[in-house]
Amino acid sequence: MKQFMVFVRKEFYHVFRDRRTLLILFGLPIMQILLFGYALTTEIKNAEIIVVDHAGDAASQQLTTMITASKYFDINSSTASDQDIYKAFKQGKVKCAVVFPTGFGNDLLNGQVAQLQVIADASDPNTAKTLTNYITAIVADYQQQVNPTANIPMRIEPVTRMLYNPELNGSMNFVPGVMALVLMIICTTLTSVSIVREKEMGTMEILLVSPFKPVYVVLAKAVPYLALAMVDFVIILILSVLALEMPVRGNLVLLFFESTLFIISCLSLGLLISSVTRSQQTAMMVSMMGMMLPTILFTGFIFPLENMPLPLQLISNLLPSRWFYVIVKAVMLKGLGIGVVWKETLVLAGMTLVLLTISIKSFKTRLS
Amino acid sequence: MNNKAITCKDLTKRFGDFFAVNHISFEVEQGEIFGFLGANGAGKTTAMRMLCGLSYPSSGEATVAGFNVFKQQEEIKKNIGYMSQKFSLYESLTVRENIRFYGGVYGLSDKQLKEKGDELIEKLGMQQEAKMMVGSLPLGWKQKLAFSVAIIHQPRIVFLDEPTGGVDPVTRRQFWDLIYDAAEQGITVFVTTHYMDEAEYCNRISIMVDGRIDALDTPANLRQQFGATSMNEVFYALARSAKRSAD
Repeated sequence: MKQFMVFVRKEFYHVFRDRRTLLILFGLPIMQILLFGYALTTEIKNAEIIVVDHAGDAASQQLTTMITASKYFDINSSTASDQDIYKAFKQGKVKCAVVFPTGFGNDLLNGQVAQLQVIADASDPNTAKTLTNYITAIVADYQQQVNPTANIPMRIEPVTRMLYNPELNGSMNFVPGVMALVLMIICTTLTSVSIVREKEMGTMEILLVSPFKPVYVVLAKAVPYLALAMVDFVIILILSVLALEMPVRGNLVLLFFESTLFIISCLSLGLLISSVTRSQQTAMMVSMMGMMLPTILFTGFIFPLENMPLPLQLISNLLPSRWFYVIVKAVMLKGLGIGVVWKETLVLAGMTLVLLTISIKSFKTRLS
Repeated sequence: MNNKAITCKDLTKRFGDFFAVNHISFEVEQGEIFGFLGANGAGKTTAMRMLCGLSYPSSGEATVAGFNVFKQQEEIKKNIGYMSQKFSLYESLTVRENIRFYGGVYGLSDKQLKEKGDELIEKLGMQQEAKMMVGSLPLGWKQKLAFSVAIIHQPRIVFLDEPTGGVDPVTRRQFWDLIYDAAEQGITVFVTTHYMDEAEYCNRISIMVDGRIDALDTPANLRQQFGATSMNEVFYALARSAKRSAD
């Protein structure tokens, strides 16, 4: 036990004396969370819009005001002509245009169908679709205001409620994914690099010749990084609650338990990488690039897994991060307990166990 | 259990068809300085790794400190020290932290660590440098420190794999003073080297050629046997017969 503590202490010396390690450990999570939370969202805010108002009546002006007031749009020009629309689109100045035809307000008041045209730049189909949806929603709102008791026979009025995330806040989806991504990268990179460094320096041989058992070498490497990864997890959690207004609705203890499981699986993965690589640079490349891409692709926080072809869906099942992501979302956003996520937890625990066993085995067999 | 530090009988390591170490047999007495020579690729390091418990022999028998290399690797590890040709202290730890770490790994108590550490630092004259990062020390100092750390737990045998590579002659001489010191304390020294002047410092030497031991005796006897005036000539006479290319 004392030997073990000696080893752990040495490991902490390494971490706190190496600027590169510190940067990965504390710089990376903060940067990633802020980057994904603020910069990279699918939400569109303050899109430039042109309004061409041929009607110029009360209704069209009220609607224009509502569009302006929403956080999604910034009016680029409200006094444009039809020709201006295409010019603005070509120059890429605006993403969307709304045209009120003459007699818009009259049609509306006289109980006829009032039309307005929405034009969007569909060279980016997702943005175009999102923007037209926003406009449609604003128009529906307005219609509701002017004519709350519209007497249309046979009317279906869908009442939508966005559960868990009523504001459709994009970072709610990202943050759990980024958590998985950051923990994955940090754990695999740091463990693999720190073990490969010992191989490169020749200190590993000395350790293997010593009475200190190889299994303990592995564990003594893992314990400090487990502790540091937990610190990282707390940092990410605090950042996402304070800066990104993420709720933590579920049990915090459960959340910590699940992340410990996930972290151990990542540490084992790092260990595995260290036994197949020979230089620190390769280990770093494999852990960063090799892990980042599959995690981003197959965790489900950017590209929905449900839309993927079956083979890719099957591949995604092999990633611990994919299960961790589901768990974090369920616990943090929906406030669900172990009763609901036990299946995912079991899969994650199984993966962790398998990875840990393989990595310890491979570490041992490498010796002879 | 016997009093020999090392015994080998037909020790062999094969990789497929290739005999890296081909049926070597020898014995090393306790307290002896045993030189283990050979050209690059002759199989020195492989043989040494088997004796240290870093790899299993393919066949043959060997005991180290009286323990069987197949079955009692754990006991062997407690009784040996090892210093590899790669520099093997932690550069981002201070001199004292390195001593504490390696001593701690060998299970020394806090009190022993303190005493041993002070003693070692004083012997090497490193009082000024005790709190410096090892990475900032000159190579010769590092090597001396690495050797002292390798025997901090008073092993019965210390294995040195080309310990003086890249070190200037003066420092090499000082390094050998440390080796003699250790031998006087009864530690058996098993050392591989490329430097033939160092071979002269050993009690007995063996010369490996193509995985076999072609010569084994005291330096004086070997010179006589080969009619040579220096170990260099003995070594060349033997190395010329080698078929493996030195890589």
